[in-house]
Amino acid sequence: MKRWILISLLAIVVVGTGVWGYKEHQDKNAILIQAENTYQRAFHDLTYHTDLLHDKIGNVLAMNSQKRLSPELAQIWRLTSEAQADVGQLPLTLLPFNKTEEFLHDIGDFSYKTAIRNLSDEPLSDEEVTMLEDLYKQSGTIKDELRKVQHTVLEENLRWMDVQLALATNDAQGDNTIIDGFETVEKSVAGFGEENNGSNIIGIADENHEFKGLDGKEISEQEAKETAKKIFNIKDKQKINMTKTGDGADVQTWMASYQDGDKNGYIDMSVKGGHPLTVMVERPVKDTKISLHEGALKANDYLQSFDFPDRELVQSSQYEKEGVYSFVASQDGVRIYPDAIQVKVALDSGDMLGMSAKDYFMNHRQRDIPETGISEEEARSSVNPDVKIQEQHMAIIENDLAEEVLTYEFLGTLGDNTYRIFINAEDGTEEKVERLKATEIKFSRAV
Amino acid sequence: MSIKRSIFYTALSVLMAGVIVVSYPTEQADAFSNQVIQQGAVGDDVIELQARLQYLGFYNGKIDGVFGWGTYWALRNFQYEFGMEIDGLAGQSTKQKLVNASQYDEGFVKEQIRQGKDFSYYGGVPKEQQVKDSKKQKQGGQQQGGQQQAEEPSNTAVNIPNGYSQNDIQLMANAVYGEARGEPYVGQVAVAAVILNRVNSTTFPNTVAGVIFEPRAFTAVADGQIWLTPNETAKRAVMDAINGWDPSGEAIYYFNPDTATSGWIWSRPQIKKIGKHIFAK
Repeated sequence: MKRWILISLLAIVVVGTGVWGYKEHQDKNAILIQAENTYQRAFHDLTYHTDLLHDKIGNVLAMNSQKRLSPELAQIWRLTSEAQADVGQLPLTLLPFNKTEEFLHDIGDFSYKTAIRNLSDEPLSDEEVTMLEDLYKQSGTIKDELRKVQHTVLEENLRWMDVQLALATNDAQGDNTIIDGFETVEKSVAGFGEENNGSNIIGIADENHEFKGLDGKEISEQEAKETAKKIFNIKDKQKINMTKTGDGADVQTWMASYQDGDKNGYIDMSVKGGHPLTVMVERPVKDTKISLHEGALKANDYLQSFDFPDRELVQSSQYEKEGVYSFVASQDGVRIYPDAIQVKVALDSGDMLGMSAKDYFMNHRQRDIPETGISEEEARSSVNPDVKIQEQHMAIIENDLAEEVLTYEFLGTLGDNTYRIFINAEDGTEEKVERLKATEIKFSRAV
Repeated sequence: MSIKRSIFYTALSVLMAGVIVVSYPTEQADAFSNQVIQQGAVGDDVIELQARLQYLGFYNGKIDGVFGWGTYWALRNFQYEFGMEIDGLAGQSTKQKLVNASQYDEGFVKEQIRQGKDFSYYGGVPKEQQVKDSKKQKQGGQQQGGQQQAEEPSNTAVNIPNGYSQNDIQLMANAVYGEARGEPYVGQVAVAAVILNRVNSTTFPNTVAGVIFEPRAFTAVADGQIWLTPNETAKRAVMDAINGWDPSGEAIYYFNPDTATSGWIWSRPQIKKIGKHIFAK
C-alpha cells in the first residue's frame, strides 16, 4: 500500500515536472521567436530601404525640373534616416559596419542640404552631379550585396539569433553567412571611400575641430602634478596619481587623480601649455548655505584665477545642492558662443566642483570682429513680428555650415515661451532659433 | 507671594510662547532671506518672488519655485515699471520694493503647493476663486502622511538641461549604474559621456534610447542589469555629462580589458584608462 502511494506520488511529480518543463520550453521559444522576428523585420526593412534609396538617387539623376528635385531629395533624406534606424536595431554593434553607416549619414547630409537650398537660384553644380552618380553606384553595390544576403537568409532559413550567439561567444566568426555578408558590404563601401576621396565634398566630418586655443610649451609630469596640486587645493602631492593619454586621444593630456576619504578629484591637463581641460571634484555636498548668485561670483573668481580673458555668464542653474554655470568668452562686448566654459560650484561651501573648458580651448583665439552689414533696427525687422524682443546682444556663433558668423542675438517671448534668435549681422539671415526650456515639473512629486 | 509670582511667570511664559508662535510666520511672510535671487535658483525664496510678482500682475506662469525664463521677464518688467536698474536679479532693493508693493500669504501658497493644487495668486482676487479643484487633489491627498513631506523642498518643478527630460536622465542613469556602478565617479561620468558621444556620432542611433538599446551595445542591457535601481551618484554623473563634462576624451567605445570578448575592440585607437575601463575612439 505504502509503496503504491509512493509510486503514484513520484509519478505525479515526474509528470508535473515534465508539464512544467514543456511549458517553460514553449515560453522560451515564444520569446526567442519574438526576438528573432524583431531582428528579421529590421533586416528586411533595411534591404528594402536601401533598394528604394538607390532608386530615388537614380530618379534625381534623371530629373530636370527643380520643382520635383527638392521633394525627391527630401525623400532620400528620410530613407537614409530609416535605414540608419534599421541598422541600429540589428546586433551589429561590435561588427565593423561603420563605413556603411557613415555612407548613409553622408547621403542624408548631402540630400538634406541640397533639398533645403533654393535650387532655382542655385542649381546642382557639375561636381554635385558627379557625386550623385558616385553615390548612385555605391548605393547600388550596397543594395546588391544586401539583397544577396537577404536571399541566402530566406533560402537557408538563417536566424539572426544565431548571429547574436556567434558574436557573443566569438567563436568561428567567419562561419556565419550573415556576418560574412555584412562584412562584404562594409568592404565594398570602404573600397569606394578610398576611390573618391579627392572629390568628396560631403566627406567633411561633422565636428572635427583641432585644439586651436592651446598655446605654450610642453610641460613635464612634475609640472603637471604641481599645477594639479594647486587646482585640487591640497598640500600633499604624494596622493596624486599621474597618467598620460594613449594614441587615440585628440589632444595629449596628463591625467591627475587623487582620492582622499570620500573626496576624489580628476583633472585632464593638456601636455601642451598645461591648461586644465576637465576638472572634476566629487564629494558629498552638505546643505545649501550660499545662493546661486554667490556661487556665480565664486565661479567667476575661479575663472579669473585661471587667466581666462573677459567672459560673460550666459546660463546658471541650481541642481539640488550644486550650481552649474555656463560662461562664454567675450571680446569687445561680443559674446563668443563657441568659446564656452562650464563651472560647477558646491552651494554648501562655495568650492569649485568642476570645470569643463574643452570647447574653449578647441575654439579660442583672438577674433577679427567684422563691421556689421545691417543695423540693429534692420535685424529686428528680420525677427518674427509676433516675438516680443526683450533683450539683445552681439554674438558670434557657429552656424549650420560650421562657420563662425557675427550675429545679433535677441531674446524674446512669444506667449509663455522664451526664444533665443540669432540674426546674421551681415545680411539679416535668420541663423538659429531655439526655444529656451530649462524647467520641468517634478515627476517624483506629481506621480 | 510665591503663588502670585508663579502665576505671573506662567502668564509671562505663555505670552512669550504666543509671541514667538505668532511672530514666526509673520516674519517669514514679510521678507525674503537675504540672498540675491538669480535666474536658475530654486526654493522658497523663488516661490515668494513668483507669488509677489503674480500678486502685482507681472507673472502669469505657475508658482513652482524654479526661477525660469517666465520669472526672469516678470522680474525685469517689474524693475522697469518701478524705475529700477533692469538686471533680472532680485537683490536687496528689488526685494524691498516688492515687499512694499505686494502681500504674501505664505501659509496659503505653501498649502496649495503641498496639496498639489492648481492655483494662482493675483492681488485683488478672492483666494477661493484662485484655486482650481482638480482631480489632482486626490492624488495629493493620498501621497501625504509620510514624514518626508516636511523635508521635501516645496518647489514643484526642477531645472533640467535644455532638450532633456528627467526621464531621459533616469534612463541614462540606469544604463550608467548597470554598466559602471563599481567605477570611480569620473569613470561613471565618462560612460555617460560615451552614450552622448554616440548619440552625436554618425555611426550610431541618434537618440539616447536608440543608443542604449542598440543590440549588443551594452552588456548591462543584454543581461538586464540596466533595470537595477540607480543611486544618486549615477544620476549626478549623468547630469555632469549632459552639462558638458566629458572625461572620456570624446570616446565612443569603452571596454573592460579583463572581460572583453571581441578582438575587434582592441583595434580601436585607445584614449585612456579610467578605473577598469579603457576608452577608445
